[in-house]
Amino acid sequence: MNVIEFKNVSKAFHRATGQRLLRHYLEDLLGKSDPDCFHALKNVNFAIKDGESVAVIGANGAGKSTLLSLVTRLAPPSEGEVSIKGRVAALLELGAGFHPDLTGRENIRLNASLLGFSRRQARDLYETIVDFAELQDFIDEPLRTYSNGMILRLAFAVAVNLDPQILIIDEVLAVGDQQFQAKCIDKIFEIRNQGRTILCVSHATGILQNLCSRALWLDHGQLVMDGPISEVLQAYSGRTLHAASE
Amino acid sequence: MTSIWNGDYLFLLENLIVKDFKIRYRNMSLGVFWSLLNPLVLMGVLTFVFVKVMPNRSIDNFPIFVLCGLVPFNFFTVAWNNGTISVSNNSGLIKRIPVPREIVPIATVLSTTIHLGIQIALLLLFVVLFGRGINVYWLWLPLLWTLEILFVCGLVLATSAFDVYLRDMRYIVESACTVLFWLVPIFYTLDIVPRQYVPVYEFNPLAAMILGLRRILIDGVSPNGDAGLVYKLAFTSTVSFAMGLAIYSRMKNKFFDYL
Repeated sequence: MNVIEFKNVSKAFHRATGQRLLRHYLEDLLGKSDPDCFHALKNVNFAIKDGESVAVIGANGAGKSTLLSLVTRLAPPSEGEVSIKGRVAALLELGAGFHPDLTGRENIRLNASLLGFSRRQARDLYETIVDFAELQDFIDEPLRTYSNGMILRLAFAVAVNLDPQILIIDEVLAVGDQQFQAKCIDKIFEIRNQGRTILCVSHATGILQNLCSRALWLDHGQLVMDGPISEVLQAYSGRTLHAASE
Repeated sequence: MTSIWNGDYLFLLENLIVKDFKIRYRNMSLGVFWSLLNPLVLMGVLTFVFVKVMPNRSIDNFPIFVLCGLVPFNFFTVAWNNGTISVSNNSGLIKRIPVPREIVPIATVLSTTIHLGIQIALLLLFVVLFGRGINVYWLWLPLLWTLEILFVCGLVLATSAFDVYLRDMRYIVESACTVLFWLVPIFYTLDIVPRQYVPVYEFNPLAAMILGLRRILIDGVSPNGDAGLVYKLAFTSTVSFAMGLAIYSRMKNKFFDYL
């Protein structure tokens, strides 16, 4: 069964947003195409089956994050069709929705509800989350007193405990110190081994190689390669070296 | 575009409301007393002006008369202004977490109802202190307030969506509130309004709300009267909410591209 499917998907953004907002909006309404628009994704086709773990690789600005925002339905495609089946948990930006003036405890509750926990799940999982984040001593302090690493630990702890069918991870594998990083990676492997689908963007190729079986390589918005992880990574590093030597 | 979010709607709404309320008051030493101070100060000033400076003998109990106008007006302006900027200000949430997007402006309006509750308590206390006693028509109050909240939710859904595309919207709303202060009967009665404009007042949900409140709390009669005020309020509020929701659901898909 395909849980994620992209059919001829393109995504365009307007250039210079902020300066000609009204004009752009009117053009959108009239259905006029904008010659200045920038294609973050161009005609992308792929399907991911239930239980697959797939890496998305490519240079900065290749369209990886845009692809993830289409999978989470945060953005609609400009053309084509995106279909998703199952409960998705997205670790797009750890700590999105956190508020600095709320305490750790209050932020856990708020973030849990944002990510789709029920009241009961939030209560039952509270201890697990705090234990996982190792922040018992600071849990009633406001978040603005936390270090960056502590905030990321808290955010990661909430997100991975949601028990999703599809887990989407965007560059968030580098969380906290090495010991905590190892713990996060273990947790992601555990989720994968439970047969969940994982879609992962990262530059940490070492981890990707172990975690994922398949990779999608994006370059300037186009899907240039889709295949077993080792082959794609090899081709990708070859291409990058080639580009660097030129 | 259907959302992939299938969490607990009420739990999320409750958390967003509590968050708004907490962060507004947490760093203030006077806390919720600010909710009482603002209407009390305005009531004092307006009473001074209209009782001492240019006395208006036709209105009895001027302090509660004016408070019946100020409490709904205050709620209306605060909720409308905060609601309008809520989507742009929560772009982190809108762009990164697939929550149902209607919940952001609605939670902002509902968090303002916490102050509203405090101000209503103040209003009712004054009504009793001025010897106007409790009557059976007080039972209308929850319905009237619900209709005003519904009306504001509708307005906020529309203006918050526009604010994503045109950040000028917030200034338009601010100016509209200043104009409304004069165009709703806060410190004057409907009797002095020329006949031909009266229907405009009755179909303005905010004005209808104020008129209804005064009928209940000061005159001790049913808010409906000959004009069918409650029906008009129910009609305009429902239309406002339906239109706001329709506009918002049409525009929300493109929020990601514009935030």
